[in-house]
Amino acid sequence: MELTDSVAVAQARAGDSGAFRILVERHSRNLFRLAYRMTGHQQDAEDVVQETFLRAYRQLSKFDDRASFGTWLYRIAANCSLDLIRVRKRRSEHLEPAPEEGAPDPVQSLPDPAPTPDRLAMSGEVERKVATVLNSLSEMERTAFVLRHYEGMCIDDIGRTLGVQPNAAKHSIFRAVQKLRRALEPLVTAS
Amino acid sequence: MNHLTEEQFVLYYYGEGDGSPAVRAHLDGCEACRADYANLQRVLNVVDSAPVPERDANYGAQVWSRLQPSLGGKRRWKLPILWPARHWAAAAIVATLLVAAFLAGRYYSKAPQQTAGQVRERILLVAVGDHLERSQMILVELVNARPGQPLDVTSERERAEDLVAENRLYRQTAVHSGDTRVASVLDELEPVLLDIAHGPDRLTPEELEKLRQRIEGDGILFKVRVAGSTVRRREEKASPNAGQKTL
Repeated sequence: MELTDSVAVAQARAGDSGAFRILVERHSRNLFRLAYRMTGHQQDAEDVVQETFLRAYRQLSKFDDRASFGTWLYRIAANCSLDLIRVRKRRSEHLEPAPEEGAPDPVQSLPDPAPTPDRLAMSGEVERKVATVLNSLSEMERTAFVLRHYEGMCIDDIGRTLGVQPNAAKHSIFRAVQKLRRALEPLVTAS
Repeated sequence: MNHLTEEQFVLYYYGEGDGSPAVRAHLDGCEACRADYANLQRVLNVVDSAPVPERDANYGAQVWSRLQPSLGGKRRWKLPILWPARHWAAAAIVATLLVAAFLAGRYYSKAPQQTAGQVRERILLVAVGDHLERSQMILVELVNARPGQPLDVTSERERAEDLVAENRLYRQTAVHSGDTRVASVLDELEPVLLDIAHGPDRLTPEELEKLRQRIEGDGILFKVRVAGSTVRRREEKASPNAGQKTL
């Protein structure tokens, strides 16, 4: 019979590495997906997955049994992703010249719409544009949006994950949707 | 009649808030809002099409195999992503060097004898050469440690932590500048440095032996030495005094 998460957590806490292995094998793919959505880079996502499990293992004693282990992992992964995004941002600030004053907003500078939504979706052009817009969001906007849109986390939980009031999380999602809409609506409504 | 706001649309789309029945009722009776909401739906549906690289069914097992060595015993966990202030200091040094290289390139461009690119390259070569030398020292210390005895590697581990941060940055720089040989060595060096950095402060004889075998088996020490010498030679060639007689 398959071990439930809570039983596996209890066994892992008691020192059973095999039980922790079950948790790792069960949740890795979902965490990778979340981390990739958050960071936009495969290697960074791999690092986040690794780091998430390291933190989870270390903090296993702090895990509240009443909560969902998967959600708890998601929170750790979201925070790891944020840390990584900050690191990357600091690095790029040093490595890349700052955009010139008055340079166009990357979202605004997206090319004009092409023929039909279906064709665009097929060609992958929309996908690239979605990625561009997601990359242009602030870290709070991106995280809140990814957790809400892709991971289905409720706004209250997103607030808890990000350490902000639910209202702040909600407004981050609004802003993210607004930016996505502004950039993508001309494409998807083009006929 | 007041139309629905975008915020109401978003909350409705995600099933959040308590206004769903009212929003539904409004949408049923308002064509403009229905059209607006349909546009929002289309946009958010398209966002779903953003691809995520697939990981196969064995991915969890692969993660576990990378993770497992770090889980043995009571050890001080170090985070590859979140570096403490000391590591940031190391990263800051690297960043400063890169910025210095960039600025030097700008200012020295006035000097006729060296181009901006040459100056940048030389400063980076000095930094990478130094990085390889420090990495080599750690590897040599571990390989030459007395076998069969436990070894306190606190110092090596902490230095490796600093080097991991630098290594990644230099590897990326090497990749971007097309220096595939250096990038490849740094790529091989990184997991070894990570193993040392995430390992315990005190190695058992078995752990030490395993680490030594890893370093020697992969030939990483040799590769680091060769790369270090090559970088130093390039650095000398790139020096503005290259070709001049020295006293």
